[in-house]
Amino acid sequence: MTLSVTDLGIARGGVPVLEGLNFSLAPGAALVLRGPNGIGKTTLLRTLAGLQPPVAGRIAGAEDRIAYAGHSDGIKPTLTVTENLAFWASVFGHAGGIDGALAAYALEDLAARPAGALSAGQKRRLGLARLLVTGRPIWVLDEPTVSLDRDAVAMFAAAVRAHLAEGGSALIATHIDLGVDAAILDVGAFRARPRDLADFDGDFL
Amino acid sequence: MIALLVRDLRLAFRAGGGFGLGLAFFLIVTVLVPFSVGPQSSLLASIAPGVLWLGALLACLLSLDRLLALDWEDGTLDLLATAPLPLEAAVSVKALAHWLTTGLPLVLAAPVLGVLLNLPGPGYGWLVVSLLLGTPALSVIGTFGAALTVGLKRGGLLLSLLVLPLYVPTLIFGAEVARRGAQGLDLATPLLMLAGISAAAVALIPFASAAVLRVNLR
Amino acid sequence: MSFAQKMNAVWEYANPRKFLATTERVLPFFWASAALCLVIGLVWGFFFTPDDYRQGSTVKIIYLHVPSALMAINAWLMMLVTSLVWIVRRHHVSALAARAAAPVGLVMTLIALLTGAIWGQPMWGTWWAWDPRLTSFLILFLFYLGYIALWEAIEDPDTAADLTSVLCLVGSVFAILSRYAVNFWNQGLHQGASLSLDKEENVADVFYFPLLVCIAGFVLLFIALVLYRTGTEIRARRIRALLARERIAA
Repeated sequence: MTLSVTDLGIARGGVPVLEGLNFSLAPGAALVLRGPNGIGKTTLLRTLAGLQPPVAGRIAGAEDRIAYAGHSDGIKPTLTVTENLAFWASVFGHAGGIDGALAAYALEDLAARPAGALSAGQKRRLGLARLLVTGRPIWVLDEPTVSLDRDAVAMFAAAVRAHLAEGGSALIATHIDLGVDAAILDVGAFRARPRDLADFDGDFL
Repeated sequence: MIALLVRDLRLAFRAGGGFGLGLAFFLIVTVLVPFSVGPQSSLLASIAPGVLWLGALLACLLSLDRLLALDWEDGTLDLLATAPLPLEAAVSVKALAHWLTTGLPLVLAAPVLGVLLNLPGPGYGWLVVSLLLGTPALSVIGTFGAALTVGLKRGGLLLSLLVLPLYVPTLIFGAEVARRGAQGLDLATPLLMLAGISAAAVALIPFASAAVLRVNLR
Repeated sequence: MSFAQKMNAVWEYANPRKFLATTERVLPFFWASAALCLVIGLVWGFFFTPDDYRQGSTVKIIYLHVPSALMAINAWLMMLVTSLVWIVRRHHVSALAARAAAPVGLVMTLIALLTGAIWGQPMWGTWWAWDPRLTSFLILFLFYLGYIALWEAIEDPDTAADLTSVLCLVGSVFAILSRYAVNFWNQGLHQGASLSLDKEENVADVFYFPLLVCIAGFVLLFIALVLYRTGTEIRARRIRALLARERIAA
């Protein structure tokens, strides 16, 4: 099923940031979001993930199919790497076990370590490994490569390619070139225009 | 759901999880009471049920600000909200974990502390029964307060201000059961009221908690 | 116009501009009639009624105590209704009206508690007793405090409106529960209700009519204050929106 976004408008803190967004994401496809800081990429991704309601427009094919990874990965420092992953696997009802996810990000040697003892890059790898145990087809990722070294970025790109090959899709806000075959959407063009001064009803202008 | 419960319990028992802090607080408050009101055993015996209820309530309150704030800070709540588990179930499980790690130990410790306050003989059983019935309501209502204040930098004080008035009916009926039990009076009415409040709170409050949590996650 | 259409016309006032324009026209009337009723009622009550044969002149504090106590409860009820309207229909004015009413309700509760204490001292020989009614008002006072504190603590206005509305709903249920709990906990020494529709003879007619005028005065004063404060809140929201608009235009 394709994720499709029609005439979407989103707001941050009650202030419209993006409007008139139209795109679709077919199985096996990837889309990279570009745009200056503060334009509303994070807000857009959170809206798609269902964490906040859109102000206008429609999102179809997203419900219960999105695995979201934001700036923080929900990692508990006192639990081990295995315990962290196993928790998310069972919350998402994933039956396949966590070995594949550990292997994809070379976390096997760290598996028994408390997550609090990991470096920032290792934590990020653990956070990305979580995507593999959700079993969800659409990945919505917000700056996934922050604090990753070159090898880890390659692991991530490989994981995305494998996900796409299996019929999954990915929506990634990033500024680096991942080497993944992806369309690019510059959201800068969709910046919300200031409302009319006569719009006194909803927005008090 | 079980995974979330197991995780929360594990987190509470690991280092830095804060398990036992509420219990220690309960002990200290109880010990301080005779210092403030005097050591006459008859006075202590008459106020013991109320003091123990209030101490348990405050100990419960003390641990509320960690209940959701930690999961909020590290992004767990965002991820839980996008997970297949309904948020209502998630907050219920978190309230249950809070009760198991805070409320239940308080219930078990209360009779021991009752000895320190010279609680009359027939009071012990009813004290335990009333706390057993009342503390789940305290955890669930507290979870609602924690969900209301989860996004705030210094929500702790506000949390107390919001939650304590909501604790009033539970405290009144709970302490009344314990007091009447200690004096050997009829306690069917407050006992039923306490059980009713607790059951209704456990059944309904999670919906309100999940609703405000969704608002806070926006 | 059919009845349904008339009912629907009410929602026009949910538009902030329409609300401001209308309140600007009716506010002077509310201020003036509130002042008139209060002056007539209080002067009549304080100076032109006899002393009570049991309570002496202390009974006259009833003209402040009863109306403020009534409005303390009615303000919360109004907040409950406007909170529900916000939750169901998402009219901003409704949420702002709830916000505007809270401090007024808080002050009414405080007046009721203070005048009660002043009345209680000569009558019961104590400023304060843990009587069910007094206790209930004290608890109501705490609910107001929490509600206002939550509004003040949250920066985003829509989030604040949502959270305070749910708090108001949950708080209402617990306030009623507390009322019953407190009644059960202490049977009390407060006299019965001063006013009720079926037992008007509770208070003698000489005291009753000026009391009615005072109550009308407090109701009008409450309406005027809430409309005025809601207007202020709307303007504050407008300033906020204009500033945000400038930010995204820049």
